[in-house]
Parts: sequence; C-alpha cells; structure tokens
Amino acid sequence: MEQSSLDFDRRNLDWYIDRFVQLLVFISGISAIIFIVGIFVFITKEGIGFILDTMDPGEFFFSQYWEPSDEDAPEYGILALVAGTASVTGLALLVAIPFSLGSAIFIGEFATGRTREFLKILVELLAAIPSVVWGFIGLTIMNPLIIELFNVPVGLTVLNAGLILGLMTAPIMTSIAEDALKAVPDRYREAAEAMGATRWQVIFKVVLPAAKNGLLGAVLLGIGRGFGETMAVLMATGHSVNLPTSVFDSVRALTATIAAELGETAVGSDHYQALFTIGIFLFIITFIINLTADLVVRGVRRG
Amino acid sequence: MKIEKGIIAVFMLAAALVSTYVYARTEIQNKGSDTLVNVAQAWAEAYQKIKPDVAVAVSGGGSGTGIASLINGTVDIANASRKMKDKEIRLAEKHGHSPVEHIVGFDALAVFIHSANPVTGLSIPQLKEIYGREGKITRWTDLGIEVPGCQDQQIVVVSRQNNSGTYAYFRKAVLGKKGKFRQGTLDMHGSKDVVDLVEKTPCAIGYSGLAYATDHIKMACIQDGDACVSPSVQTASSNDYPIARPLLMYTSGAPAGEVKEYLDWVLSDAGQCIISDKGYAPVRKIACP
Repeated sequence: MEQSSLDFDRRNLDWYIDRFVQLLVFISGISAIIFIVGIFVFITKEGIGFILDTMDPGEFFFSQYWEPSDEDAPEYGILALVAGTASVTGLALLVAIPFSLGSAIFIGEFATGRTREFLKILVELLAAIPSVVWGFIGLTIMNPLIIELFNVPVGLTVLNAGLILGLMTAPIMTSIAEDALKAVPDRYREAAEAMGATRWQVIFKVVLPAAKNGLLGAVLLGIGRGFGETMAVLMATGHSVNLPTSVFDSVRALTATIAAELGETAVGSDHYQALFTIGIFLFIITFIINLTADLVVRGVRRG
Repeated sequence: MKIEKGIIAVFMLAAALVSTYVYARTEIQNKGSDTLVNVAQAWAEAYQKIKPDVAVAVSGGGSGTGIASLINGTVDIANASRKMKDKEIRLAEKHGHSPVEHIVGFDALAVFIHSANPVTGLSIPQLKEIYGREGKITRWTDLGIEVPGCQDQQIVVVSRQNNSGTYAYFRKAVLGKKGKFRQGTLDMHGSKDVVDLVEKTPCAIGYSGLAYATDHIKMACIQDGDACVSPSVQTASSNDYPIARPLLMYTSGAPAGEVKEYLDWVLSDAGQCIISDKGYAPVRKIACP
C-alpha cells in the first residue's frame, strides 16, 4: 500500500521545473497588468494633491491661460494645450488616413511576391524611425520650406507638426489596416469576382465594408499615437500656448508641455503636480481610445 | 531583444560604476540659469586650470531648473537670473535646505529686433503693449513703422519658457508685478534660440541677456523720457539701463569647503574679469588685463 502510493507521487525534478516555468510564464503574462496599474497609481499619487487642493476643474479644462510659474496668480488652464494637441493630431489624421489606406490596399490587394515583401519591409522601416529624427526634419527641413512656400513669418506651426505626425502614424496605420484587409476571407473576393465585379468593385464594395471595423481600429490607434507623441511635436510646433485659428499658427501640445517643464519644477510643487494631472488626463484619453479601438476590432470577429 | 537590452543595461551600469571610480576627485555640481551658463562654463574651465583636482560640472536649463535641483538636493550651486520666490524658499526649507544668495554679476536684458527693422528705441509702456495680455500693439504699423520683409506686419512675439529667470524678470520689469504675457508668444528654450529666431525673422521681437547679442541682430534702446539708453556693460553697472538684473548663485546653507573656495574665486578679480569678458557687468569696478 505504502509502496504503491509512493509510486504514484511523480514529484521529481522535472515536475518542479514544470511548475516553476508555469509560474514564471504566468507572472510574465500578467506583468503588463501590474505595470499599467503601477504606472497609473504612481502618476495619480503625484498628481492627486493638485486635483484635490488647487485644481478648479472649470479653470483647468476651460481656461486657455497656462501660466503655472506665476508666483502671485498661477493659471492652470489646459484648453489651449488640448486645442494644440487636437489640431496637430487632426491634421495628422487627414494626412495619414488616405496615405495608409492607399498603401494598405495596394500591399494587401494588388502587390504580389517580391514587390509586396519589399513594400512591407519599407513600411516597417518607416515606422522604426525615431521620433526625434522626425522632429529634426520638422525643425531643419520643413520649417524653412513652409516659410518659403507660404510666406509666413514662422514655419514651426500646426501644419509642420501635423505633416510630420501624419507621416509618423501612417506606417503604423498601414500595418494594422493591411492586417484587417488580410482578415477578410478570400471566398468573399471570389464570390464577388464570380458575379463579374471588377477589381475596384471587389475592393470598394466587398473588401472594405467587410474590413470596416479593423480599419476603424487602425485609425483609432493612429489617434492614440498622435495624442501621445512628444518629441517630434515638441520640436515642430513652435511651443506657443495658443488657440490656433489657422494651420499657420504655432501651438503647444499637452505632451510637449510635460516634457519641457517637468524637469524644471520642484518635486511636489503645484506646478509639478499640475503636470502630473495632465499626465493622468493623457493616460485616461489614450486608455479610452485604445480600449475603443480594441472593442471595435473585436466586433469584427464576433460578427 | 529583451535580453540584449538587459546586457546593454548591465554594461552601462558597469561603465557608470567604473567612471565614478576613475574620477575620484571633488566634483561641484552647478546647474541653472541659461543666461549664466556660458559664464559658469568659462569659470569652470578656468578654475580647472588653477585647481585640477576640483571639477565643476555645469549645465543649463533655466533658473527654475537650477532652483528645483537645489530644492531636490541634486546640485551644490544653483545659478539663477532671478531671485528665489518665497514659495521656493519655503519648499527648500521643507526639504532641509536653507538657500543662501550670492550676487556674482549684473546683466542688461536686451530687446532684440531684426536687423532690417527700422525701430531704434522702444519705451517700457510700448513693450508692455507688445508683450502684455491686454496689449494693443499687434502690428508693427501700430508703432507707426513698416518693417521691410515682414508680410502683413504682424509682430511675432518671442518669449522664453515659463521656468526661465529671464522670463520672470522681464515680466516683473516690463509687465508689472501682476502682469501677464499675451497668448501665442513663441516660448523658446534658451537665450540663444531667441537670438537665432529673431535674426532670421523680420517680423520678430525678442529679449535675452545682452551677452547673447550677435552682429546680425539689432538691439533697441530703451526710451526713458527724452533719453534712450542702450544696453551695455557700462549702463548696467551704472544702473542707468532700466531692465538690468543681478545674476545670482544659490547654495544650500553657507558655503563650505571646496564650494566656498570656488565662490570666493568667482568673486575675486580673476573670476570677475571672466564675467565682464563674457558681456556681463561685474559686481564692482575692477581693472582687467
């Protein structure tokens, strides 16, 4: 009796290694959640003092005056900064959507063999260019070009940053959009072609509607990217707190404000906490955008 | 990919450890005002020659940066082109530092315009109309002049980022104690950026320390009644120029040891000749070689 129960107990070294690896994989698996929660707790902890004590929500969201370093009467209004981020991201989408949709359709539906692989590699390469390099391009190439072409005094404007950010988001949107097109089953295309549809009709009437959710997800992730981008926007917008009235106005983005000012504030001061509050705001916005994108993409699978 | 990053991190850590062992000499951390950074650099280099075993590490970033670092306890000396605010002093005391102020020189704040701009003098009230939030002057034609090469004569107002001591001083001196800057100013990150931009932009007006002036840029004199005072080392020392300010260094508590020796040297004739060489006014009359 005793002998046989010992035989059943297979807890040898292999069993322990197996258990250990399982645990390791489990921890790695949930590490993203731990990090996200950790980051959120950290930025909330740093910013909560401002939210509770100093912040006037009406001023914070609806005042255009951002002057946090004024000793007597500091002003913490992020409306102009939100407008800056939104205008740059909006223009970037106008640039990126046609580009990325076009190249996704070409790569996914028209290109074959070598051309296709080559293009895919190039798009990925474009996505890998560091944002500070894009900022450089905005500062040294686009800036004089915009001054020259449009005869405006300063070239670091919504137009400059929007174009740069558009080129930055396009490759990411292209990759996701192409995946969405690939997810459309071939039988849809075959059925349409059997009905005598031309290639354009197949794409426009069958493939695009079928991939609609995936494409929308791609656009939403592009928006998320635009909202969060810092370096290129910091360098190309002209750093001017301003409600833009045209694409030739200089603006300042939320992210750029944090990047430019955080290193220069005393830890724990109102200004420091206000910057963290902007961080919380950005975190929530990108969280909502990414969650929506995820739900939208998931919708396509269920349907 | 992750493993590679790990390896790189280990190497960097090792390199950092090794380098701290190699530089086993006294290091004075000096950070802050962008206006002072060139002088601080020159002081550090000259001091290196006198005392090779003391290294002064200088970095800029703005007066706010330096003061914040002093409060956070990461520097020995903070450079500032404005006085510490009461709030900052309170915060420093909360962190266990009691800042001590040392005046190391004076600086005239120059108002820069493009070399093609026909303006010669501007008064403080005029500057207030240009820079202030309720200001009425938005075009050069409002001043009764026309700037060649400037489309639609819209003034491009160039300012500094809001942690800059130059920014804080300019606001107080020109816009008044309760004054606010107008919206839509281009907030540059350094004095040199202001000069670069104004140099290239006919419509622009900007302000910076006198020492950043170049040959390709014009400085407006400040109209005071009938007289128009140009910014210079002399007018700054003699207190004739209305927008001149003291340049300061802050230490945590009274300086001691190497830091004290360094500050004493900065205020000596040798140190003061360096600051006057860089275009700022020394703290007292001195004869330099």
